[in-house]
Amino acid sequence: MLSLWRKIRRTGRVAEPAPSQPSEELSVAAELGGSVQIRHVDAGSCNGCEVEIGSAFGPVYDAERYGARLVASPRHADALLVTGPVTRNMAEPLRRTYEALPEPKFVVAVGDCARNCGVFAEAYGVTGAVRDVVPVDVEIAGCPPRPEEIVEGLRKLTGR
Amino acid sequence: MNALGVIGGVLQFVLVVAGSPFLVGVMRQVRARLEGRAGAGIGQPWRDLRKLLRKESITPRGTSEVFRIAPLVLVATTVVVAIVAPFVTTASAVDSVADLFAVVALLALGTVALALAGLDTGTAFGGMGASREMTIIALVEPTLLVSIFALSVRVGSTNLGAIVTSTLQDPARVISPVSLLAAVALVVVIIAETGRLPVDNPSTHLELTMVHEAMILEYAGRDLGLVEWASAMRLTAFLGLLANLFVPWGIATAATPVALLAGVAAFVIKVVLLGVLLSAGEVFLAKLRLFRVPELLAGSFLLSLLAVTASFFLAQPH
Repeated sequence: MLSLWRKIRRTGRVAEPAPSQPSEELSVAAELGGSVQIRHVDAGSCNGCEVEIGSAFGPVYDAERYGARLVASPRHADALLVTGPVTRNMAEPLRRTYEALPEPKFVVAVGDCARNCGVFAEAYGVTGAVRDVVPVDVEIAGCPPRPEEIVEGLRKLTGR
Repeated sequence: MNALGVIGGVLQFVLVVAGSPFLVGVMRQVRARLEGRAGAGIGQPWRDLRKLLRKESITPRGTSEVFRIAPLVLVATTVVVAIVAPFVTTASAVDSVADLFAVVALLALGTVALALAGLDTGTAFGGMGASREMTIIALVEPTLLVSIFALSVRVGSTNLGAIVTSTLQDPARVISPVSLLAAVALVVVIIAETGRLPVDNPSTHLELTMVHEAMILEYAGRDLGLVEWASAMRLTAFLGLLANLFVPWGIATAATPVALLAGVAAFVIKVVLLGVLLSAGEVFLAKLRLFRVPELLAGSFLLSLLAVTASFFLAQPH
């Protein structure tokens, strides 16, 4: 326990200084008032985006400081964070998850696969991009997108 | 019912209702800083609540009135406890409710309402959470009753205000074996009852390890806001009880502005200090395996039983 305390003292703050607020802000951000609960849905991703989302919410990029938080249930969420091209098996679960969200609700498509199927375009198991299944509000490009880009995309929703 | 009790009741209501989200915010901020994060700020729980109260609530298909009423019961019972318990003043707005058994029963009623709502959803996780919560509460409630009872034996009354007043008059009691044993037992059960580490992890995303969170997975919008608000108020009430039963100094005994101001300041400082200690302690703890939790709670029950025994054997002749 003492060694853990020493480590905490030695490490100090690892969160990087906050970059300036993104200039373009969604008009819907005011509705949420600086608090966005997010449910993550993997619609068929290769898990590259998941690793980046994991570090976006880790101590270094600390997306929680802008009021975004990952939650365990779509009922608690304001936004869906969808990764990967929507595979045939995940199209219906994604639609149902979207329906389970209370209004007002938003969808963030993370990564090139979620935007336009990426390398999986035209594959036999893929239904289409996320916007073909549920309406998308924010898109974050990259394969995979850097944690900074994910944080910037989420800040458009939190407005902080 | 006297003037002091009524003023105290109003002050406590305002403090607990408006202040409890800030307590949660302070605790999350302390934890974030120790983890090397920047943290969302102590106002974040209020921002979350404001947004949740504006959102629509969803009633899942197949749920009954139990699911709809549970958040209201939870909030109502917690608010009653917040008003009557001796937090700011020793007098109570409704003196007969400021009783040990009444307060513990009110807090248990809220938990039971939420567990029933968890069962009512009919989902696997709701039922699992309810079953776990009942396992924990069955072990927590006796310890809670017995450890406060150990303090009430010397006073000859189960009224919480009377217990606090008598400790104020005889400060030496605080370091008696009875108080120390009861304090340790009470700390353990409060950690279990408010769903903190090592019994339950309030920030978990893994359904299989959830206790409190699993019961509220189906709540959305306004209802979820009420449940989270009530959880924050329960945490404040439990920490306030712990603080004032064992370190009652600062609590107002007269209805003068100075005494009331000191009472408010003392309550805020004590509760925030306990909250900071609790969240700092959590950084060093891992969650206990569920099957080990009864051992921990049985240990705390043993301590509270020893406290009651000691209070009879060490009773000073009057």
